[in-house]
Amino acid sequence: MPQVLKLLVQRLALGLLLLFAVSVVIFLGVEALPGDTAQAILGQSATPLALANLRDALGLNDPPLTRYFNWLWGLLHGDLGVSLTNRQPIGPAIARRLGNTLFLASAAAAIAVPLALILGIIAARYAGRWPDKIISAVTLTTVSLPEFVAGYFVIYLLTQLIPVFQPVAMVLPGMSVWARLHALALPVIVLVLVVLAHMMRMTRAAILNVMESAYIETAELKGLSPMRIIWRHAFPNAIAPIVQVVVLNLAYLIVGVVVVEVVFSYNALGQYLIDHVTKRDLPVVQAVGMIFATAYISLNILADLVAILANPRLRHPK
Amino acid sequence: MTDQLDQMLTRARAGRMSRREFMGRTTAMGVSAGIASALFAKVARADEPVRGGTIRVGLSGGESTNSLDPALAASPAPNITAQTWGEKLLDVTAEGDIDLRIADDLSSSPDAGEWTFRIRQGMTFHDGSPITAEDVVATYTRHTDENAQSGALGIVQGIAEMKAEGDKVVLTLESPNADLPYLLADYHLTIQPGGGFDNPAAGIGAGPYKVEEFDPGVRIRFSRFDNYFDSSIGHADAIEFLIINDNTARTAALQSGQVHMINRVDPQVAELLRSAPGVEVKQTAGRGQYCFVMHCDTPPFDNNDLRMALKLALKRGEMVEKILGGLGSPGNDFPINAAYPLFDESIPQREYDAAAAAEYYARSGHDGSPIILRTAAVAFPGAVDAANLYAASANDAGIPLQVQLEPDDGYWENVWNIEPFSASYWSGRPVQDQMYTTAYLSTADWNDTRFENAEFDELLIAARGELDLAKRKDMYSRMAYIVRDEGGFILPMFNDFVDGIRDEVKGWYTDPNSELMNYRAPVRCWLG
Repeated sequence: MPQVLKLLVQRLALGLLLLFAVSVVIFLGVEALPGDTAQAILGQSATPLALANLRDALGLNDPPLTRYFNWLWGLLHGDLGVSLTNRQPIGPAIARRLGNTLFLASAAAAIAVPLALILGIIAARYAGRWPDKIISAVTLTTVSLPEFVAGYFVIYLLTQLIPVFQPVAMVLPGMSVWARLHALALPVIVLVLVVLAHMMRMTRAAILNVMESAYIETAELKGLSPMRIIWRHAFPNAIAPIVQVVVLNLAYLIVGVVVVEVVFSYNALGQYLIDHVTKRDLPVVQAVGMIFATAYISLNILADLVAILANPRLRHPK
Repeated sequence: MTDQLDQMLTRARAGRMSRREFMGRTTAMGVSAGIASALFAKVARADEPVRGGTIRVGLSGGESTNSLDPALAASPAPNITAQTWGEKLLDVTAEGDIDLRIADDLSSSPDAGEWTFRIRQGMTFHDGSPITAEDVVATYTRHTDENAQSGALGIVQGIAEMKAEGDKVVLTLESPNADLPYLLADYHLTIQPGGGFDNPAAGIGAGPYKVEEFDPGVRIRFSRFDNYFDSSIGHADAIEFLIINDNTARTAALQSGQVHMINRVDPQVAELLRSAPGVEVKQTAGRGQYCFVMHCDTPPFDNNDLRMALKLALKRGEMVEKILGGLGSPGNDFPINAAYPLFDESIPQREYDAAAAAEYYARSGHDGSPIILRTAAVAFPGAVDAANLYAASANDAGIPLQVQLEPDDGYWENVWNIEPFSASYWSGRPVQDQMYTTAYLSTADWNDTRFENAEFDELLIAARGELDLAKRKDMYSRMAYIVRDEGGFILPMFNDFVDGIRDEVKGWYTDPNSELMNYRAPVRCWLG
């Protein structure tokens, strides 16, 4: 399928261009914030002399363009540099936290995605009847709750009333997989509640959309059971829009869960990014921003590919 | 005498006084040796420290940007971390006395201009190297370097000459200072091998615990240092700090037993937490201040009648109730309270007086244009509410006080110490001299009230060399009156430190120097 390959190469090139643009935007954004790294580090205790010394030591007196290209050069060589605030190398710190971010996102996705699909199919099967109404009402309620409210609610319910889990979800080196999963339980529950509705609604809508086609009517007239019609005939044709939404939610699980991280003191990338934004620690903000952008862009490329592969017309163009 | 005896019993009960010290002090008070011995046996048996276990602490105020370099410590987690692995020349006890640590003897010239400290023999750093006078001098030298960005720069700058002579450190000061030992107890001045020049963030010191793992903003793990010189400290085998910045999660972690102690219990939930089973709320009156500062050199605040009107238009009791949830005490427009040595209790408390405020306001001849008070949530917890309460009570007195909200971001750079009237926070200092020198001396960098008073400056300098405590107390009292009645400092309240501990934590005592027993709770408490 040379067509698909060509498309893939095109998308990847576009993705790289986008990443470059993102790095410029992040750099300009941090530059535009009031105060600089030196002021953010010293805070209330800044004296003019200390500020001048610190700026000098951090290389903040170089022109912005020089600093940007120095950073870009390092990045292209796989060197993310050293955090300006605590002089620790950025690479290893990010690697550990990225692992935690992906672990949380995968755990939540492993539950949320199948559950959403199943609930969506059930809702489509019984569209307009009580199972559909209950599923819709419950998922729409949970998605309407702000994440921190849901977080505090499960903390209260599952650590105080029924003490089965712990409120602080830190994942630390040396913990067994079981201990990690146990620590993660509460944030996973919250994230599942948050992302479920969107994917479920899309599954339901896409299937119902397909169900109106003439070939489904044929299948019905042939006497196939409703569940079989949905599973064998409707679902494969509804997959493209569903995958788009699933991928959007996966991207959210990776880049958008900082509130949940804070509520459960989960040591992942979002919290790390916020800490360094507060301190105007540009190299770290750049690095994490690039990782988030990469995740977003590559997931979207993946969604496009799946949509193409799922559609025979796109797979075998005339 | 009973007071003193009670105090000693409390200290002995908390495991902070050896039997020998207890016997020596009580017999000096005239208690017979037999009774003293029996007393000590009784209290000591009642609550003997237990060795072992891991003490877990949930901390607010830690970021992934933190470093192990003690010079840079500026928020709770780095501070308490430095106190756990580090040791200083001297410390300050809960009672405000000097506690000898690395130094085992000190003396000064009669004018307090030259100080000599003898280094305790046999003490080592975690890496096994002995602590020498050279290490101490090197440490202080590193802090004098502007590039080290030390929070203790202001302290070590006042030392003109440092010398290591055998096992003695001799410090010659720019000008005499009877408070030098208190200043050297500053938490930044942790002694490091070779002064920490090679790697200031190595985390190797002489404290009761060794750093095992440092994951900034997440977890810091320690194990007991077996060569520590003081056996009354370091009961737990290991200590673990978990950074839990979210108030609700931190409180829940304490309640569910995931941690044994937490700092910064939210005043809003302190009452509720008090009634929770298995948990105790510890409230300690400290020196931290939530305040409003006016620039005395900028109109309209250059008029003392107007400053006085603003000071009288503040409902301090209401602030303590509503902003601190009762966990604090009213301020009196000077930065000192009973937590400081040599505090003058007799200075009358300033109260809300709308009539007097209106009178001062009329006398000031202010043109009636709005007086802008700038504030942001970051100034202190509840700063915006406090400013609004203040505006309401001032408006009642006919003063056109108006609150202007500023963004949190950049508040300390662009508003505080720049705008003529803003909300601020001071954490207090161990002694009056240091507090006044940092923020009220006319030449101080952080003179955030632009206060210039020749008599005040003279008294401050003179008091440093005054070894007669009664005379010094008189001088400090006079200085307090000057700041209170002429300064640009409006102090609604001192906030209490509010910590939470679980019932199994034993050995807790009250220390006004800072939160969590002046950061010593993890190393001095034990699990019973």
